[in-house]
Amino acid sequence: MPILGVALLAACTLAGLFVGDLLGAALGLEANVGGVGVAMLLLIALTNLPGRRLGPETPTGSGVQFWSMMYIPIIVAMAARQNVFAAVSGGVMAAVAGVLAVLAAFALVPVLSSWAQRP
Amino acid sequence: MEQIVEFAGTNGLLVAFVFVGAIMVVAYWLSRHVARGTVHGSAIAIALGLLLAFWAGADTGGKNGVADYPLLAGIGVLGGNMFRDFAIVATAFGVRMEDLRKAGLVGALSVPIGVILSFAVGAAVALAFGLTDPAEITTIGAGAATYIVGPVTGASLGVSSRIISLSIAAGLVKAVLVMVATPLVARRIGLDNPVSAMVYGGLMGTTSGVTGGLAATDPKLVPYGAMTSTFYTGLGCLLGPSLIYLVIRSVL
Repeated sequence: MPILGVALLAACTLAGLFVGDLLGAALGLEANVGGVGVAMLLLIALTNLPGRRLGPETPTGSGVQFWSMMYIPIIVAMAARQNVFAAVSGGVMAAVAGVLAVLAAFALVPVLSSWAQRP
Repeated sequence: MEQIVEFAGTNGLLVAFVFVGAIMVVAYWLSRHVARGTVHGSAIAIALGLLLAFWAGADTGGKNGVADYPLLAGIGVLGGNMFRDFAIVATAFGVRMEDLRKAGLVGALSVPIGVILSFAVGAAVALAFGLTDPAEITTIGAGAATYIVGPVTGASLGVSSRIISLSIAAGLVKAVLVMVATPLVARRIGLDNPVSAMVYGGLMGTTSGVTGGLAATDPKLVPYGAMTSTFYTGLGCLLGPSLIYLVIRSVL
């Protein structure tokens, strides 16, 4: 049943986010630390249980697959509710800081990737 | 009109589905007929979303883009953190453990490297613009990390609200630029495999920027970038007001 996949996905997300909140609180932060990452690892582990791998073509898998395909529309909705006006009108210092931070990180991507791929 | 707004308000999520569906139709049409396939439809859809959000922000004076129109309040739900996280986790369906392990130590190290890099760049810019107070310089550096690290760091260092809003603006500039620029530079920086996507997520850190940028580049890479970027804001909030502030104060 597709609902089982949706329920599994929701349970993994909730569990991960809760762990992330606890981790943040343990570190004295008001931020979620790695919640989504934990949730993803949990989902990967539970859908790859030895002997009962869950594929996207199974009814249960289709419940997860659907939300995976809804990802881009949700990101478009996220883009449409960003405070773009504040970003554009935030002043020169904010713009320069944001732009340079992005350029510096772009420049480092190939450097670190080549380290990772070195045998 | 009032009746329509009220009707849309009680059916907010459904209105949001129709609204986003309409954006996707327009974006894919533009991609096929105007850009002739050179720009991916999802990249155009995200750019259209940002453009509408800009226009809405200028019009309403609110913080939530088009979601500040009562008619489109449902966009605030569909594009909010709950659905975003839910869908990001769903993209991990079908990810192979081996691919995650391949990035290994460098993938994990990209997060602290990215945090420190952003703080350093932001702090240098703040210095260049004439700030002298180490707490204020650290806060601008925090904003260059993400728009959440900025205000969290600023609040715990007790800087003025003007500096805090500047740091949020820096973080927003970063998020928007990452969404728009990633598909444009992806090929040049070798962003076409799980390893570089994990490194990229860790270096950039801004979850909305990373997930938006990867969605517009290659949706298959999204889970890898999201996996590392999800640790970035937490680490930034941890290091910013403590270690990085102390380093910046002792250097000045």
